Amino acid sequence: MNWSEFFHMGGYAFEVWTCWGLTLAVLICFVIYPKRRNARIRSEILRQIHREQLDQKNDA
Amino acid sequence: MNPLKSIWNFLSSTYHRLGSPREFYTISQYTTPVFGFLFLALSLFGTYFGLFVAPADYQQGDSFRILFVHVPVAWMSLFVYVVMATAGAIGLIWRMKMAFVVTICSAPIGAAFTALALLTGSIWGKPIWGTYWVWDARLTSELILLFLYFGIMAVYYAFEERKTAEKATALLAVVGVVIVPIIHYSVEWWSSLHQGPTVFVEGGPKMPPEMLLPLAFMAVGFMFFYGYALFLSMQAKVLDNERKSRWVKEIVSDKTR
Repeated sequence: MNWSEFFHMGGYAFEVWTCWGLTLAVLICFVIYPKRRNARIRSEILRQIHREQLDQKNDA
Repeated sequence: MNPLKSIWNFLSSTYHRLGSPREFYTISQYTTPVFGFLFLALSLFGTYFGLFVAPADYQQGDSFRILFVHVPVAWMSLFVYVVMATAGAIGLIWRMKMAFVVTICSAPIGAAFTALALLTGSIWGKPIWGTYWVWDARLTSELILLFLYFGIMAVYYAFEERKTAEKATALLAVVGVVIVPIIHYSVEWWSSLHQGPTVFVEGGPKMPPEMLLPLAFMAVGFMFFYGYALFLSMQAKVLDNERKSRWVKEIVSDKTR
């Protein structure tokens, strides 16, 4: 079996590759999105900690 | 010591440890990559056997290769719902904080699996059935499931106060579980264009092993993907919910973790 035959999928190239591609794209989104959300929340918390430390210094 | 008792003690201590957001966060940092790795390994095997090794179907040609993504995502659309509703019930009955997090973080993942099941089924239906869509029992009930997931997500964001939102979300998830048997039995109760069950039937699967093996790899792989995506999302949610507590601040300031 050669590659062009493989990609042709016996005439069902559009159907097969759209389904596999959509699934792959959705899976990737559900890994990237929570990772970015986690990083964003961490940086927000870090900023909050710095603010609190600054406030404490100003009070002292 | 009685083995049953030690198993029970282990389960009960795991339950109580996972019930604490802090313990969950610590444990999940080790288990999440394992889930991701298992998903990757199983789905790569499944993809290889499904796309390269399995011979074309004698009726559907190569279009049947959609099966290896369509069937796992369709199964997962129901599996995620059952997990989500069970967690919702646990949260409501035993007031377990982390159970609500499972419910809320599962909803978008379940919605995505449901949307994928509908989309891949529709694309597959065009060449094989001659139509993208019919209003038959299986397809319609699966579409209702998608709206149910959307409803559950919307209810959570509709309430200002988090505890109220969590309870309302869990309640809707529990009530909605009635859709699961309806979808499962829809192909038997009503006449449907969709084919009946092929894998979990009396007398074993009506499918050759060259098809069944990659399908099994993909199905188990997708379960681990759910675990992986769920834990990633729960980690972010726990940090967000508990951002005022000392342990979160410690973890975040400690760059190595």
